[in-house]
Amino acid sequence: MEMPKPDGAVIARRHDIAAALSRIVPGEGVIVDEDALRPYESDGLTAYRTLPLIVVLPESTEQVSAVLRYCQENQIKVVPRGAGTSLSGGALPLADGIILGLGKFKRILDIDYPNRCAVVQPGVTNLGISDAVRDSGFYYAPDPSSQIACTIGGNIAENSGGVHSLKYGLTTNNVLGLEIVLIDGSVVSIGGKHLDSGGYDMLGLLTGSEGLLGVITEVTVRLLRAPETARALLIGFPSNEAAGECVAGVIGAGIIPGGMEMMDRPAIAAAEAFVKAGYPLDVEALLIVELDGPQSEVEYLIGEVERIAHDKGAMSLRISQNEAERQNFWAGRKAAFPAIGRISPDYYCMDGTIPRHQLPVVLSRMAELSNEYGLRVANVFHAGDGNLHPLILYDANAPGELEKAEAFGSDILKLCVEVGGVLTGEHGVGVEKRDLMSVMFTKDDLDQQQRVKCVFDPDSLLNPGKVFPELHRCAELGRVHIHRGQTRFPDIPRF
Amino acid sequence: MTTTLKPDNAGQVRDAVAWAVAEETPLEVLGGASKRAIGRPGNAAHTLDLSALRGITLYEAEELVLSAGPGTPIAEIDAALGEFNQELAFEPPDYGPLLGQAAGRGTLGGIIAANLAGPRRIKAGAARDHFLGFAAVSGRGEAFKSGGRVVKNVTGYDLCKVLAGSWGTLGAMTQVTVKVLPVAPKLRTVLILGCDGTQATAAMTRALQSPYEVSGAAFLPQVPAARSGVDYVCRAAASVTAIRIEGPGQSVEYRCAALRAQLGGFGPTEELHGQNTAAFWSEVRDVLPFAGTGDTRIVWKISVPPSDGARIAASLDAETFMDWGGGLIWLAVDAADGDHEAVRGAMADCGGHATLIRAPVELRAAIAVFQPQEPGLARLSAGLKTSFDPRGVLNPGRIYAGV
Repeated sequence: MEMPKPDGAVIARRHDIAAALSRIVPGEGVIVDEDALRPYESDGLTAYRTLPLIVVLPESTEQVSAVLRYCQENQIKVVPRGAGTSLSGGALPLADGIILGLGKFKRILDIDYPNRCAVVQPGVTNLGISDAVRDSGFYYAPDPSSQIACTIGGNIAENSGGVHSLKYGLTTNNVLGLEIVLIDGSVVSIGGKHLDSGGYDMLGLLTGSEGLLGVITEVTVRLLRAPETARALLIGFPSNEAAGECVAGVIGAGIIPGGMEMMDRPAIAAAEAFVKAGYPLDVEALLIVELDGPQSEVEYLIGEVERIAHDKGAMSLRISQNEAERQNFWAGRKAAFPAIGRISPDYYCMDGTIPRHQLPVVLSRMAELSNEYGLRVANVFHAGDGNLHPLILYDANAPGELEKAEAFGSDILKLCVEVGGVLTGEHGVGVEKRDLMSVMFTKDDLDQQQRVKCVFDPDSLLNPGKVFPELHRCAELGRVHIHRGQTRFPDIPRF
Repeated sequence: MTTTLKPDNAGQVRDAVAWAVAEETPLEVLGGASKRAIGRPGNAAHTLDLSALRGITLYEAEELVLSAGPGTPIAEIDAALGEFNQELAFEPPDYGPLLGQAAGRGTLGGIIAANLAGPRRIKAGAARDHFLGFAAVSGRGEAFKSGGRVVKNVTGYDLCKVLAGSWGTLGAMTQVTVKVLPVAPKLRTVLILGCDGTQATAAMTRALQSPYEVSGAAFLPQVPAARSGVDYVCRAAASVTAIRIEGPGQSVEYRCAALRAQLGGFGPTEELHGQNTAAFWSEVRDVLPFAGTGDTRIVWKISVPPSDGARIAASLDAETFMDWGGGLIWLAVDAADGDHEAVRGAMADCGGHATLIRAPVELRAAIAVFQPQEPGLARLSAGLKTSFDPRGVLNPGRIYAGV
């Protein structure tokens, strides 16, 4: 993975830059000491590490604005950072760039039940929003598995998902408004407590833009009333195909479960060994189907899913009888990543999405690849929406294994695209999938995306080296190619 | 000479746009032309008619995805989905009758380009929330795509969101993919009679804060309610506050009873069952209270925070009704200038946007049809337009002058 070559001239000015930033963010908001910079050297994609030039932790929109204006004037690169839980290296620092941390933006500004929304600062954690409104019976729907730690600002940047996204949507479907600061320091408000935008959907564009377009300083999210009840089924199958057919059968029957998760045999074994959730160990695939809503509806749907599961050859089936049991069903799935961490020195978590009916093909090709690379793989799968998380087991201390794991991962993602899927369902492109973008997109596709980047950040100072495999100069991208004198569309029907 | 170009395939769309770029001549981009009367009037010498890019190319019910040409009529999509008990959950409205045209002319591309949604907007989102992927030709005459054919995807910028609601000003779409969802087996509506706007908003808010999964919340004052084709509504001789519930049978009955019990304090309640519920909500969706023969009043669509809807509606000298729990005001005025200063002034404090949906061409040329933007946002809008369409050949000026 190559990052943009650090600019030695900027690095040489480090102390001057730190002094200037300290005038904007006084006190302890500017970090230059190497030991104190160390915690920022990577995010959730820990295979990559770089010490940032400087870390700045502003406390107000005005400070963010002044920092960005200073950085543009002095052509200094900026990497925005929330909690640093990105699994795609979205917050990986640059040696010649500052980290702009939003960790001090921790306040919940307004909880508005009549309008069913909350206005919060970007450093509030995902779970923090739900915690603040739980006593009133509300919650914030998207629930990425890092929700204890990850921030809402980071969720916006990555368009985070979670196990409930099939029914309740991704972040982008649950955000109403943003305040952003552009690289020139200007502050722009988008949306509010109303629905839709009056012009171009900047809210939708900013969500999932991975910190390349602007820095988020305020967020308005939708709040949902918590369902009356939720219950789960734990269903074991003799094959991945049978489990896949059950998922298709449930959706084909018109049921959209709150969550529908699948684990393959290696993932089941690891999870069970770790949390002792009572998962069956004699099955090839395990489904957790959660149904939420009014009591009577949930009871009815549980019966329907049970019937479909038996039709598709379920070997074992349990229905949660109380909240503790439901939580227990989920415990293994939620701990799947650390569980894999226990059976392997390191693991590499992938995140492709595939058309669900291609699951058997993808899993069997993945097993072949696993043999070829000599690396084990375990799969957890947001089965309802086709979002696959293969976990590749490797040992970073064994020479060459990291590279092998990355090559294996890259083959898996290419396979996802080949069968009609995409490179990333919810973790983002970051640095991790950057060089695979051309597997999915043509040059014209990527050029148009970069032109959008140029509108917001013409000097490419915000999070460079992420998302796009090649950086083009905006002036070059802006040129219009005119094909004069070509035949006047002789084939197009005219009237 | 005015030419209508009607390409049969994506390659021809690209040729047409490349020609327009070379000739520096703008194109009016159309699907079924059902929303042609919305937006600032343009001066395009030529028309790019995408209605021949028609037909469903992929429909996998169990994957919840459908791909089609942008010119595919919504009616054709609905019929195909109906066979598998599925639908476009955002309830695409048909403004044809409101705009004095026949119903049923809208296309999938058109509904996406306008980012419209019906009453279920509050629960299921708008067209933007169901728009998964597209292929298009930019104003540079380049074919490009974004998104995919799976329901969960964060690969690259979400240009689907940008194209949705762009009114054909950024790209001419040649293929679109949407998420489709199951139709609820049963629907009912709880009616509360005789509320004023403030009481109705309180009732709708109570319903929307409940765990009963309300999928529609509208308020029709007595005059628009009397125009309904649904007996219970037009004969109520009172205002009607309507709450829709959808789902499996038992669940709908349970939630309906629970809501009636909770909302009884706001006034006498009634219940609409399946067919009447469907009929009533399509009237709300398609703005039929303002679509009567000879009704030529200026019509505004105003999106505001739900708790401000009733106050704003009451402050204006106009006939109104509300959807989206109070967050959407439909407003009809007699004043030839659309009373635009009062309309935009009324919402200045709470945020939101007002769009002129029905107005004569002279008025659409004279005042802002879409909500004027703050300078910072306006600069980004103009920049986006330039990045997709630097020579301004695709529906130039349809949303804002110069964009």
